[in-house]
Amino acid sequence: MSTNCLIAATFLLGAVNAHAASQTMDKIKSTGTVTMGVRESSIPMSYTTGDSRFDGYHVEVCRMILADVKDKLGLSTLRINYQPVTSQNRVPLVQNGTVDIECGTTTNNTARAKDVGFANTLYVEEVRIAVKANSGITSIAQLAGKKVATTTGTTSVQLLRKHEKANGVNFDEVFGKDHADSFLLLESGRADAFVMDGSILAGNIANSKNPKDYKIVGEVLATEPIAIMVPKNDPEFKAAVNAAIAKIVTNGNMPKLWNKWFLGPIPPKNIVVGLELSPATKNAWANLNDKPAEDYNKK
Amino acid sequence: MFLDLGVFCKNTLDGEAVDHCFSALFGLAQNSDPSYLDWLMKAWGWTLAVAGLGLIIALFLGVVMGTLRTLPITTSLNRWLIRISTTWVELFRNIPILVQVFLWYHVIPSFVLPLKSLPSYWLVSIALGFFTSARIAEQVRAGIQALPSGQTAAATALGLTTAQSYRYVILPMALRIVIPPLTSESMNLIKNSSVAFAVSVPELTLFAMQAQEETSKGVEIYLAVTFLYALSAFAVNRVMTLIEKRSRIPGFIVSNDASLAH
Repeated sequence: MSTNCLIAATFLLGAVNAHAASQTMDKIKSTGTVTMGVRESSIPMSYTTGDSRFDGYHVEVCRMILADVKDKLGLSTLRINYQPVTSQNRVPLVQNGTVDIECGTTTNNTARAKDVGFANTLYVEEVRIAVKANSGITSIAQLAGKKVATTTGTTSVQLLRKHEKANGVNFDEVFGKDHADSFLLLESGRADAFVMDGSILAGNIANSKNPKDYKIVGEVLATEPIAIMVPKNDPEFKAAVNAAIAKIVTNGNMPKLWNKWFLGPIPPKNIVVGLELSPATKNAWANLNDKPAEDYNKK
Repeated sequence: MFLDLGVFCKNTLDGEAVDHCFSALFGLAQNSDPSYLDWLMKAWGWTLAVAGLGLIIALFLGVVMGTLRTLPITTSLNRWLIRISTTWVELFRNIPILVQVFLWYHVIPSFVLPLKSLPSYWLVSIALGFFTSARIAEQVRAGIQALPSGQTAAATALGLTTAQSYRYVILPMALRIVIPPLTSESMNLIKNSSVAFAVSVPELTLFAMQAQEETSKGVEIYLAVTFLYALSAFAVNRVMTLIEKRSRIPGFIVSNDASLAH
């Protein structure tokens, strides 16, 4: 009897799952709207250009993806609601269905993959070192005994700790409350270097008073795949997103998007981020995959 | 909702479990990597150090400035001392504490160069101490002014100078009266010390923000940090209550039960 119950329950669960497989697509089709999670200040990946408008590399990719989804569902119009998210709430908001597709700067890792799904990676972040151009520092080994700034609540803090332990190089760590504070530490001479994601370093340098006074130097300390986040257990929606991504890549649009957001002047202030395309990102385009960060750092 | 307290026994480098939770701190396991519990204790130590240093500065300056504000306007020196202490109070209690911390860390050292070599926890303690001293000064002033004017008159009649009447008559009475609000200020100072994370002091708030990102165990981490803040503030409360009881003069201040006063 209990076995029968179990079998029945399994079938029921299977049925529920089968239905859940297209939950996001059903919702988009029936309401004609979709909610995109965006970041407010992650230049140039995803940021606000004022007046509740959002733009950026990942936001533009997501708009292309959603245009494909719209065609696939046979909708004539698809309204996009932009929902600003933070590092703290982005995973729960995708999990509970408030956000259908998150287009920010989320690292794809195994811990998060338990709660949400990730589309194929289109941007591989590299943790780098920013220093004053006249400091003469060119590698992490030269930072021994120097003050190294990084931002509280980021993976870079743990990365520096691991590096210190592994190589016996001792830094004097100083922590900024946010990226702007960490950059101020470098600017005001309270730190000799700022260790952080390359795009954040490039963005802060581009925004500074004299961008020429700073440069990004040295080896890549870590690589992390940054991916578009989608609800878990919705293979149909994820497949549609990945199909759209594959189409953008095969059409040869990715280098154009890169040039637009990372090398050209971007709205609203026409600053130039100036981050060259890395071999790791190029490789991700050539071999589309949704591998988590853990796979990147194995080597 | 299950709490996974095992997170505190994890290594801060690779997230593996460690043999002894307090491995690094008490040297139970030689050369082993620190656990999150070790880090939490270290962070607590920083919170207490910053708050303790700030409290010493705040109590000293608060009593001095509060006393100066009540000086009789008899000489031009007194008039200047009153002006200085009034400016002090209005300056430091009207600027938000986080702004003051930033001023002490980023702005003032670029004008006063020797401050650049001062470690950041000193600068935060100064900021916290000055901010709280302005508030304590007002309480001390209130305490002094609450004394019946006959006290000062009697001191003068005895032939005491102004300094002597403050030393032997006014302050000993006034400071006893203001112990309850001083207790609140001291407890506030512990909680306000959480702004120290903004200028790179590795205290409890910084630990919470960093460790919850690394372990994804925000609930457990924040619960532990909340508990330690509450415990620290409550310990201050108990010490102050003890001082209040010990220093009480029977029959002077009418008080039914001091422990209910907070």
